Amino acid sequence: MREPLIQFKNVYKRFGENHVLNGTDLSIYKGEITTIIGKSGGGKSVLLKHIIGLLEQDSGTILFEGRSVSDMNKAEKKALKRKCSYMFQGTALFDSLTIYENIALPLKETTSLSDSEINRRVREKMEQLDLHEIDEKYPSQLSGGMKKRVALARALITDPEIVLFDEPTTGLDPIRKKAVHRMISDYQQKFGFTGVVISHDIPDIFNISQRVAMLNDGRVLFEGSQDELAMASDPAIKEFIQGMEIRHEKIDCIPSLAEKGKLTGEQAFALPGQTGFSIILLHLDNLNEITLSQGPGASKAILNSFVTKAHDCIRGTDSCFFYGQDGILILLPGLARDSAEIMCDRLISMINIGDILEKAPISNFCLFASASFAEAGSGNRPEEIIADSEFKQSKKYKLSFCK
Amino acid sequence: MLRLSTLISPLTALGRGTTFIVQEMGRIAMFFLRSFALIFYRPFQINKTMQQIYFVGAKSVFVICLTGAFTGMVLGLQGYYTLVKFGSTGFLGAAVALTLIRELGPVLTAIMVTGRAGSAMAAEVGIMRISEEIDALETMDINPIRFLVSPKLAAALISMPLLTALFDVVGILGGYLTGSVLLGISPGVYFMRIETSVIMDDVTGGFVKSVVFAAVIVTICCFQGYFTHTRADGFGAKGVSISTTSAVVISCVLILITDYVLTSFLL
Repeated sequence: MREPLIQFKNVYKRFGENHVLNGTDLSIYKGEITTIIGKSGGGKSVLLKHIIGLLEQDSGTILFEGRSVSDMNKAEKKALKRKCSYMFQGTALFDSLTIYENIALPLKETTSLSDSEINRRVREKMEQLDLHEIDEKYPSQLSGGMKKRVALARALITDPEIVLFDEPTTGLDPIRKKAVHRMISDYQQKFGFTGVVISHDIPDIFNISQRVAMLNDGRVLFEGSQDELAMASDPAIKEFIQGMEIRHEKIDCIPSLAEKGKLTGEQAFALPGQTGFSIILLHLDNLNEITLSQGPGASKAILNSFVTKAHDCIRGTDSCFFYGQDGILILLPGLARDSAEIMCDRLISMINIGDILEKAPISNFCLFASASFAEAGSGNRPEEIIADSEFKQSKKYKLSFCK
Repeated sequence: MLRLSTLISPLTALGRGTTFIVQEMGRIAMFFLRSFALIFYRPFQINKTMQQIYFVGAKSVFVICLTGAFTGMVLGLQGYYTLVKFGSTGFLGAAVALTLIRELGPVLTAIMVTGRAGSAMAAEVGIMRISEEIDALETMDINPIRFLVSPKLAAALISMPLLTALFDVVGILGGYLTGSVLLGISPGVYFMRIETSVIMDDVTGGFVKSVVFAAVIVTICCFQGYFTHTRADGFGAKGVSISTTSAVVISCVLILITDYVLTSFLL
């Protein structure tokens, strides 16, 4: 059996009354990228800070190569720290130093390399990360995405054995996101470092990681490979993964629809082998009233909640997408239009509007929804199917909510 | 039971308060000792120290000259109208010089440096703390105290005696301006009295004070910024603003308290 490089054993950590880690058990193996997923504010960054020694556990043990870090002497802890590198969520670049100085800092302060060698390494990293002509700029003069890449360059400049990435791609555009993922993967293959990545980029991040751990309420709910994660039966894991996938599909679905004339409905909606399908286009007609009275955050929360509830009510083979500012597109493979209408009635009756509006500070509100339907045969294009449903007479629903 | 707890609670609060103060003093002392010891840790941070000397010392020259000149001038005026009652205006030079060299020079220089450089140090270190820059230094195995505080301490220990000397000289010239140029005391008498009354112990005492004040300013200001995140009364930007205010207030109060203690030993 393989020996983990870093192992958390029943680790507890609390800040005041806030219990962040509640008996965390986690194993990180040498030469692998382990991705930690979980809800925001769930203690993922705290876990990472324990690895590098920025925080110390209240109880429990953290082992490095089988040895307790707490039992190590100062020199051993220092040696462990030198093996690690940390990329902060908020980049933590030094505002008063230039970009060049920021990247060169770890080499200047902790090594005896010559200035020319430091310069060569910094230039090389900047080149690899597409950071051109910004040497003399300061972090405040850069965009969020560029700051992330500078932070990444600084984290990798010392060629560390263990790299801890705290949300390395948050705030980056999809192209840069993929580039950063590719770079982490390439570097990992080239230098063989052990990586621990906190990320919400599901499922993209799984492409570069060998192991996945899910942290929930301070405990590791799941630990294993991506395939094992897909097979997991725990409802909390499913909910999290599905919740993430809904958001992800929202991004992928719309551009594929825009590729007019190139894809058929089955291809666009990834339904190989299906002979036909129906769609339900559900609009929350007066959601803008919530936007005007409570702000866009409240209406977005209601729409998110509605999609999550709808996702729970549909069949395993069905899919649910966001559509526009107030719409939901439900895809029902192998179902005729009439059956789609019945399905929609059932879905509306199953959704408890009280749960959805619970978080919005409103009372005596009626949410109106209208649904339109379309049936697609083999070869129909997605935009045709959606246009077909939009032009057809819609079915109106009234979802009253009083409190 | 109720009566007992009512009696005990003020004592408990007093005990907690005292324990907190003693602990805090211990932490500040440890912070100073670490910062001071790390000045001599190789390789020496000469560039950073020079930058701080420029910031703490050179950039304070104007404000020190200005305050020194007006302090000397007002001492000249006040001293003249006091001494004239006793017919001993000839002692004005000695009065101005001794007051400046022994007391006002080191104290006012320290207070001006606290306002100009100390507050900036507290804010800079505090912002670095809340933006995780200090954590980043730790993850890179760079000692944050050595990197941030030691050069500032070294620079203040070098700059403060020089600034105090400048304050004293400009103050004496300010006294000369009011005493001799405006009020007619003979310049020869003014400077001769300074020469005969000021002894080396006065100058040494003033410099000892300025060195101690330098240590107080840098330690308190950097300490307040460094532990901004542990404050219970403010987080983020508010925490930094409270830390900066506390740094200036505590430094000024400690300068005056230390001044009294040192004076009682030096006299």
